[in-house]
Amino acid sequence: MRSSLISNSTLLILLAALLAPAMQVFAESRFVTENSKAASLKSCVAPTDQMRRNHMDYLQHGRDDTVLDGIRGIDYSLSECIDCHASKNQQGQAVSVTDEGQFCQACHEYVAVSPACFQCHRTTPDTQAGAAKLGHHSGDSDPHEGLDIQLPAGIQRD
Amino acid sequence: MSNKSDQPNMDRRKMIGGAIAATGAMTIAPGVILHAASVSDEASAGADAKHRWGMLIDSKKCADGCSACVDACNTEHGLEGHGRPATDAVWIRPVKLKDKQTGRENRLVMMCQHCEHPPCVDVCPTNASFKRVDGIVLVDRHRCIGCRYCMMACPYKARSFIHEALTEQSVNAPRGKGCVESCTLCVHRVDDGVMQTACQEACTNEGHDAILFGDLNDPNSEISKTLKSTNSVQIRADLELNTGVRYLNL
Repeated sequence: MRSSLISNSTLLILLAALLAPAMQVFAESRFVTENSKAASLKSCVAPTDQMRRNHMDYLQHGRDDTVLDGIRGIDYSLSECIDCHASKNQQGQAVSVTDEGQFCQACHEYVAVSPACFQCHRTTPDTQAGAAKLGHHSGDSDPHEGLDIQLPAGIQRD
Repeated sequence: MSNKSDQPNMDRRKMIGGAIAATGAMTIAPGVILHAASVSDEASAGADAKHRWGMLIDSKKCADGCSACVDACNTEHGLEGHGRPATDAVWIRPVKLKDKQTGRENRLVMMCQHCEHPPCVDVCPTNASFKRVDGIVLVDRHRCIGCRYCMMACPYKARSFIHEALTEQSVNAPRGKGCVESCTLCVHRVDDGVMQTACQEACTNEGHDAILFGDLNDPNSEISKTLKSTNSVQIRADLELNTGVRYLNL
């Protein structure tokens, strides 16, 4: 057997040592605006890494279900994104998610995409239409409950 | 002793592969949780082909000078005018008809008639205009390119075009510049099981009871019973569109 400079066990330890902090940073980095409902929740309707990568697909499927087939109260509802992620200013008024540095805008600007969602959809929570009445999550039962990122062994989440 | 073989050390490869597989499993695991969660969540069942939603409007009861249904519709869907009647969005409009020979006047409200064979759907080049399985004719704004063929095709002048950029729309009716729109039969309420449109609610609250919403396919619904026992008409019945909105005492 070929002798190598680094033994198998040393390599394993090295890998673990490299991966653990990287994954910890990845798992715990979150962009949630202050004073938003999302800031008080453990995770989104799906684990954060999945939401980051796939939210556009989830929304697109959801929109077709709702518009074409009339299925409401879906998990991936844009109005619920807004309800949860819109922050409030010092006067307690909702701030648009497309304002500078806000939840949607910050990331979309960084990756240089211009989604057309907000040509039609509002960018602050709708307090007048009675979203709870319309079969969306009313807040009594938390859809985020019991849904958390399953972290690699050895990584603690606060 | 040195190994001259150019074969890779499989022990070493297996171990690295195992480490990668272990990392992969962790990232796949949340997907399993996600799937289970989305199944357990309660979403409404959606449109059902066994219904056909329709409306009956009693021209006699439609009170002159009343605009309760129009106001309720505007509030419900966040429709705001810009003081330009020719282009402002109108989903429901009061119309006065006068027979020039006899002088008899009729008042009624006109909106999307939710045809069984909608001309707007026929002409739409992008399939944005569509009829749901339960008979409600809608515009999918994700597909609408604002060509306005449907506005030309509609015999009832039921559709509006949005000329201005909008903000702070109602969640009941997301809407924006460059799309065509019309009465949705309060589809957000129907999907939620609320069997009363905003206009009907307002008309009833005003004490006029001129608007009746219901299931045309259900023989026991109030609208079906009334249609069976009275002489209702379709507007432009000659076009054979089989409208979902019918009129009484016209």
